[in-house]
Amino acid sequence: MNPMEVLHTAFYALRGNWMRSALTSLGVIIGIAAVIVMVSVGQGTQAEIDKLVSGLGSNRLDISPGSGRGFGGIRIAGANNFTLKQDDADAIRAEIPEVQYVASSLRGNSQVVYAENNWSTSWQGVQPDWFDINGWVLASGDGFDARAYSGAAKSVILGETVRRELFGDDDPLGQTVRIGRVPFTVVGTLKPKGQGGFGQDQDDVMVVPLETARRRLMGAMGLPPGAVMQIALGVANANDLDYVQGEVEGLLRQRHKLQPGAEDDFNVRNIAEIIATRTATTNLMSKLLGAVATICLVIGGIGIMNIMLVSVTERIREIGLRMAVGAGPRDVRRQFLAEAMLISMIGGVIGIAIGIVGALLVGKFSDLPVQVNANVVGLAATFSIATGLFFGYYPARKASLLDPIEALRQQ
Amino acid sequence: MNAVAKPREDRAAVIETRRLGKVYSEGSEAEVVALRDVDLRIGRGEFVAIMGPSGSGKSTLMNLLGCLDTPSSGTYLCDGVDVATLDAEARAELRLEKIGFVFQGFNLLPRMSALENVAMPMGYANVNREERMRRAHEALAAVGLGNREAHRPSEMSGGQQQRVAIARAMINQPPILLADEPTGALDSKTGEEILALFKRLQQDGHTVVLITHDPDVAQHCDRIFSMRDGRLSEEARA
Repeated sequence: MNPMEVLHTAFYALRGNWMRSALTSLGVIIGIAAVIVMVSVGQGTQAEIDKLVSGLGSNRLDISPGSGRGFGGIRIAGANNFTLKQDDADAIRAEIPEVQYVASSLRGNSQVVYAENNWSTSWQGVQPDWFDINGWVLASGDGFDARAYSGAAKSVILGETVRRELFGDDDPLGQTVRIGRVPFTVVGTLKPKGQGGFGQDQDDVMVVPLETARRRLMGAMGLPPGAVMQIALGVANANDLDYVQGEVEGLLRQRHKLQPGAEDDFNVRNIAEIIATRTATTNLMSKLLGAVATICLVIGGIGIMNIMLVSVTERIREIGLRMAVGAGPRDVRRQFLAEAMLISMIGGVIGIAIGIVGALLVGKFSDLPVQVNANVVGLAATFSIATGLFFGYYPARKASLLDPIEALRQQ
Repeated sequence: MNAVAKPREDRAAVIETRRLGKVYSEGSEAEVVALRDVDLRIGRGEFVAIMGPSGSGKSTLMNLLGCLDTPSSGTYLCDGVDVATLDAEARAELRLEKIGFVFQGFNLLPRMSALENVAMPMGYANVNREERMRRAHEALAAVGLGNREAHRPSEMSGGQQQRVAIARAMINQPPILLADEPTGALDSKTGEEILALFKRLQQDGHTVVLITHDPDVAQHCDRIFSMRDGRLSEEARA
């Protein structure tokens, strides 16, 4: 019998007992739905981590002012007490050789205007290493030269979103934009990065030299002399991250003259740690769902095996008759395998639908990232067919080994 | 007495057994010799009855002739093919091509219509669905049930069911038709109709082997064999 015929026959056999078939496929439905949700959450998290890494780089430490250990206690708004100084950044560069890049920065929000277009965005006042640490590459223009940094030049580099909003199709290079009241010359544009790991638009940014920001843009905010808002460090070797973090903390405590036992007045954020935490959470979630999926598929499979054994027993005469009219053991085996497979496949299809809806709901109502794609569906379909084949084989084989004479004699 | 009963040896044998024997549970204390040295030769187009009381071994002989079982000794040539050498898969194929079965209890599949029941064996012969339905349609018409195609077995009388079963048995055009008490579950008038149908099939060139314990039924056949204690003998016709 050709495969389509076998499926056709199997379909009619199942339809004759559709309630039983539907109940039997329930285990597979739940199992496959769990597989879909599990893989979708896993892939979503992986995608988020990838974005985080590609956006920020994983070999980096970020130092910001204020205590980060405020969990449960009082949290001081870090940016408002300026405990980090440019001298701290210089000291780190001088004393910790494992640190490859150091860039302190200031940031703020401002209105930027070109001709009749204006756009509200954020700016970063940076040092040269900032581009390397953050993985920014110029799309056009020459960027800042050494004199721009030292002389607090009124030059600006535009992120893709800002460029688009202000200039559209025009060439921005050499044009003058106003940030607040200060005119700046556009000396470059950044290659777009797209959405960040936390869903923000990374390209909605402008970059100016650190000293320019301090003198021209921070003015009204009353910044203490030499203060910076963030120091970003790039470490050459990822294995040194923890060591460097310890060194940095020691050095800053010493420089800030903190007594033993006193809380840090700065906060070192390790991207690798954040990634590890997120990965661990997701792994736990994945394992849990994986366990649920496995148990459901096994129970579903046993259900299929059970029903198929009942079906073989019920239809002994039919099997005997089919054998008498010319069905070989192979034909009989195929027929029952097809029925088992069909139950699990139908369960699989329903499970895939429920799984996709479930994954989307998880994405909507929890903070777990979710990504549903075609691979998941393929995987789930494979799982459901495999379940049917694995658990359907024994009953099918049992049917195929029946003696037609005995089978025909059964009542 | 019948024009068909020509000298037998002239015809090609479609069923030929030589010293066929069947022993169940051989070597154990429960050993049963069901068949002893059966020599049987049935030519193409013959209508033959095998009679015997229950326990005489006629069911065993029928299973062997139908290639459902293999002999313990001797040989059986089914349309020239030695059955003893075949495995279960090959015997299934042989049954598909050579043998049509008709049972006392009809053995129709209850969830299928008459047409689907008749078409079912052709599926194993890899005949495509359209062709199958077309031929099943013709076969049903040939047994006088052209207007009952969509009926389920439960919606038909015993005689009608048996005619569906005969149409099913003949659908792959096998040379041999094996009927095991085909009239056993029918009243005598319906039984006569079924026997008349067998006669018609014989006239179309089919070989019909009828297994029965009813002498009246056997009288319709050209030759009558009787089984007793596993031995077969041909009865002289009056």
